[in-house]
Amino acid sequence: MEQFKIKFVNDFITDNRWKYLTDGLAATLKITVFAALIGVVLGFLVAIIRSTYDTGKNSIRNPLITMMLGILNFICKVYLTVIRGTPVVIQLMIIYFVIFASTSINKTFVAIIAFGINSGAYVAEIVRSGIMSIDKGQNEAGRSLGFNFVQTMWHIIMPQAFKNVIPALANEVIVLLKETSVAGYIGLQDLTKGGDIIRGRTYDAFMPLIAVALIYLIIVMILSALQGKLERRLNSRDR
Amino acid sequence: MTDEVLIKTVGLEKSFGNIKVLRGIDSEIKRGEVVVIIGPSGSGKSTFLRCLNLLEEPTGGKIYFNGDDLTDKKINIDLHRQKMGMVFQHFNLFPHMTILKNMTLGPTMLLKMSKADAEKRALGLLKTVGLEDRKNAYPAQLSGGQKQRIAIVRALCMQPDVMLFDEPTSALDPEMVGEVLDVMKRLAADGMTMVVVTHEMGFAREVANRVMFIDEGVIMEEGTPDLIFGNPHNVRTREFLSKVL
Repeated sequence: MEQFKIKFVNDFITDNRWKYLTDGLAATLKITVFAALIGVVLGFLVAIIRSTYDTGKNSIRNPLITMMLGILNFICKVYLTVIRGTPVVIQLMIIYFVIFASTSINKTFVAIIAFGINSGAYVAEIVRSGIMSIDKGQNEAGRSLGFNFVQTMWHIIMPQAFKNVIPALANEVIVLLKETSVAGYIGLQDLTKGGDIIRGRTYDAFMPLIAVALIYLIIVMILSALQGKLERRLNSRDR
Repeated sequence: MTDEVLIKTVGLEKSFGNIKVLRGIDSEIKRGEVVVIIGPSGSGKSTFLRCLNLLEEPTGGKIYFNGDDLTDKKINIDLHRQKMGMVFQHFNLFPHMTILKNMTLGPTMLLKMSKADAEKRALGLLKTVGLEDRKNAYPAQLSGGQKQRIAIVRALCMQPDVMLFDEPTSALDPEMVGEVLDVMKRLAADGMTMVVVTHEMGFAREVANRVMFIDEGVIMEEGTPDLIFGNPHNVRTREFLSKVL
């Protein structure tokens, strides 16, 4: 017990080492939140383009729009293939060491961009599956009332699709949170890196790493609770 | 019925890939007329109906609605669809909205009506189908017959010039068919222009001004219910009617 106390003080109290964890947690949360926002916006856009192209390209009357949609769809497909086909840590390093190589740039910003672009690819496929799960009669009912494509998407298809994909989206955010732990590869001090720095200083691996693991676990549990709350709120209304 | 032509199709064609579903349909639907379309499954009757409001884009021919050519790529089809109500076989109510919201969404967003005015109109229509007490229910809480009656009044909320019915009773349990047909009969009596694809021959005989028999993508025969059901000239018509009557 005495041994435990000495280790604890040495790992977290001496030289204010707990700050590595709190500062690291702040960085991790910042990256996760903003990357998730980018991912969701990007994912919804890509999903709408992809599913519009797959199901609606024959009903679009303007040939110019049909052509533009085809080009956009191609870009989206390339994006999905490349991002889902390579490890996120490689993408992160390419963006930091290759694309922004010659400029001094904020590492957190790079991480947000990299994880956001990565997450967008997965969100896109999740949302697309949600859109495709909605009966095509819903689209026809909306269009037959006189709603245009965007109005039908926004008021009729998306609210239903969104509800169907909440579990998968929440899962994606959880995965994203944990994936940010590779941010140390570009020298960014996130939660994982913070724990690792303590390990390097004190030569004690057990306590800092367990502490880091616990912090991730608690945040994931909070996210799961929020997801449950959101699902219940949307479910209480219909069905 | 008036002499004013509301919908006119000229040589209407529709192909899905290599399959020609409609092979040139010429027809006129007058304001206030009730036209019932019958025919075997796969004959193209539903496709014809769905072409009228361009849920299916025709691959040939013209469709005129209120004198405007709907197949002209430059027209705004959404504006014309506001004037063409449609009722589907599977109701297609919006499950995430209450009945009232289902009915007021179109009028408030598209016709720019105030929420109060739209709700007043919706409640008035709900009353005519005896469902005003279900205004705050969600579609999942209703029976099939109730859903279809809601779908009809939802379309009516837009005050359309014509109502298109695509097999409106085919997905219903037998005991619920009557309640939906009653609403449609009243609508016809009120002078609404209606185009109805159905297998309900009793309804066709009783309500239709004109019956259209479509088979193999063309209008094989058309005329008054008495003529079609009493003394059909075409061999195909006779064959079909002998199977269903």
